[in-house]
Amino acid sequence: MYQILEKTELNSSVVRMEVAAPRIAAKAKPGQFIILRVDEEGERIPLTVAGTDPERGAVTIIFQTVGSTTAKLGRMQEGDSIRDFVGPLGEPTELEGLRRVCIVGGGVGCAIALPLARALHDAGAEVTGIIGFRSREQLILEKDFSACCQELTVMTDDGSHGEKGNVTVPLKRMLEQGRSFDSVIAIGPLVMMKFVALTCRPYGVPCTVSMNPIMIDGTGMCGCCRLTLHRGDETLTKFACVDGPDFNAYEVDFDEAMSRSRMYGEFERKVREDTCRLFRGVET
Amino acid sequence: MRPEPKRREMPVQPPKERIGNFDEVALGYTAELAEEEARRCLNCRTRPCVEGCPVNVDIPAFIRKLQEKDAEGAYQVIRGSNSLPAVCGRVCPQESQCESRCTMGLRFEPVAIGRLERYAADVHNAGAEAQDAPPTDNGHRVAVVGSGPSGLTCAGDLARKGYRVTVFEALHTPGGVLVYGIPEFRLPKSIVAREVSALTAMGVKIETNVVVGRTVTVDELFEQGFEAVFIGSGAGLPGFMGIPGESLNGVYSANEYLTRANLMKAYRADAETPVMKGGKVTVVGGGNVAMDAARTALRLGADRVTVVYRRSMEELPARREEVEHAQEEGVEFRLLCSPVEILGYRNENDRQDPKNGFVTEMLCIAMELGEPDERGRRRPIPVEGSEFTLETDTVIMALGTSPNPLIKNTTRGLDVNSHGGIVVNEDGLTSREAVYAGGDAVTGAATVISAMGAGKRAAHAIDEYLKGKG
Repeated sequence: MYQILEKTELNSSVVRMEVAAPRIAAKAKPGQFIILRVDEEGERIPLTVAGTDPERGAVTIIFQTVGSTTAKLGRMQEGDSIRDFVGPLGEPTELEGLRRVCIVGGGVGCAIALPLARALHDAGAEVTGIIGFRSREQLILEKDFSACCQELTVMTDDGSHGEKGNVTVPLKRMLEQGRSFDSVIAIGPLVMMKFVALTCRPYGVPCTVSMNPIMIDGTGMCGCCRLTLHRGDETLTKFACVDGPDFNAYEVDFDEAMSRSRMYGEFERKVREDTCRLFRGVET
Repeated sequence: MRPEPKRREMPVQPPKERIGNFDEVALGYTAELAEEEARRCLNCRTRPCVEGCPVNVDIPAFIRKLQEKDAEGAYQVIRGSNSLPAVCGRVCPQESQCESRCTMGLRFEPVAIGRLERYAADVHNAGAEAQDAPPTDNGHRVAVVGSGPSGLTCAGDLARKGYRVTVFEALHTPGGVLVYGIPEFRLPKSIVAREVSALTAMGVKIETNVVVGRTVTVDELFEQGFEAVFIGSGAGLPGFMGIPGESLNGVYSANEYLTRANLMKAYRADAETPVMKGGKVTVVGGGNVAMDAARTALRLGADRVTVVYRRSMEELPARREEVEHAQEEGVEFRLLCSPVEILGYRNENDRQDPKNGFVTEMLCIAMELGEPDERGRRRPIPVEGSEFTLETDTVIMALGTSPNPLIKNTTRGLDVNSHGGIVVNEDGLTSREAVYAGGDAVTGAATVISAMGAGKRAAHAIDEYLKGKG
């Protein structure tokens, strides 16, 4: 069992938790993830490590309450325990030798982008941050990013905070102005990462994305998290859990990844409806 | 007295009934049937059956106990060389091992050794909670990676000799392939749990949620005071065919499909882990895993389940019994054909159509058998112009696995062969001192009992090694 040491609500649907998992805290590097199971009946879900405190033996996770499992996790309180918590899984993000980097975060993906920005900043790199949200209500971690970015641009779809528009707008502007980056690292919704890749491509700047497909075991056993890469004339099948989660953005088949992410959409919708009905029953 | 030529049949759940539940198909011998079957053993001097068993169970001795109606005595004989009798009695391919050597089999049907083993184990398990007491601690610590058949066997044998054994398991439940792979109707999870608890009663410590290679490395295990490590991490990455459409929604590896159904209990109505149920299901492959997937699909409510295999029934590698059970249950076999492409739904006018990206059909080609390959199996050759389509909603690829690279990549000096399997000598010793390995991590996908045999040999070698060190 893995105890929740601290819980903070970052906005109405994004929660930060510090979980006691000393072995993982001692090992995890930016870009790696964990898999957890809330209780004995729960499903296994992957969440990227948002930070560690090896001295306290704590691992930070940040998640959005979108599905039934994250909703259940979000209802847990400090002192409660998570049934299973395993990791660190996946390969750490390759940060070695990067001097000038643009970090692009979208929504809750910013939680994963932050430890990368921090690690780069601590290593003396020049970090440019672009973070995007639907609106002011969804904004998270702005201060944390300010602390480790030389320059930070905040975007909202509705213009309620920062600039109006999506993250590709300032990215394109910077690239147009001739800003050069050793790497652009994008973490967020699939569609955002796809368009970041399309924006970067004409400028030839290396672009890395962090993929977060559906997973079960996370150790390279089930193949559920497979994705397709197009490398030259070759078509490669890769497993995000052991080969990733980071991939060269120019090689990833995003349309396929988006289609695969919807595989259990109907199932989730039904669970949501059933749960709503259940609550209606309780109220009346 | 002339021996009975025919073996006693084991009662089974009728096919029509069993496809509606996940309960065990084979129900096991009654006391009477077991005694009758035991009497068929000639107790011959040559004892070829013992040689046929990868862990060398003293088969004639345990059968003699059954002739004397001493099931517990029989269990103790088996347990002396086999850590998981109730498991082996169910999933061992006895027909190609002990039973294939049986002297009775020269003229008649061989003695049903597997069924008798299962009977003895079940009688023991149904009885008192009598469990082996922890033996005297010899102070040496051994780490076992993986809690599948090889790891559990190695751990059990070492614990009996007084070693302090810790088993590290990556998943949340111990058992490895016995819990994520083999379905409930063939091997109830309660039986695996029981065998595991028998080991923990002997002092074996099991730590779940530890991925060796990530959470802790093999080298770190030595730093933590373990004096030897056994790697039984099992098979890894599932194979795909490399044909178009394999990433469509509704295409599973057998590992994923079975893990969802078994480990994550997706067969239950209130399960939180989803799996596609019902409709038309096509399983590609002809091994035991393919049979397990096909029969699981039926029980999850499929309207039609078809196994597609590129050779003929003669070459089909699954156990006969599993194929027969599958046929009785209504699984169809499309032999001598192979998938060429998987086709999916695509609504050009509505990109939000929820059916987009889901499997609809599989394009196949007929095959004919040519010359035998290096393993003696006749090579399948596509028949030109014979393409046809199969309507299908779910495709399950049961094409075997290749070893997981995680431990190799994180352990200095650990040699692997061209297939990625860990290289070992006859004792299970790897290229690293004090590091042993066995099971699918070494051989690639094989049987439960061969993995157990490897675990057993390694336990013996580890004992010799640590005794030698003093």
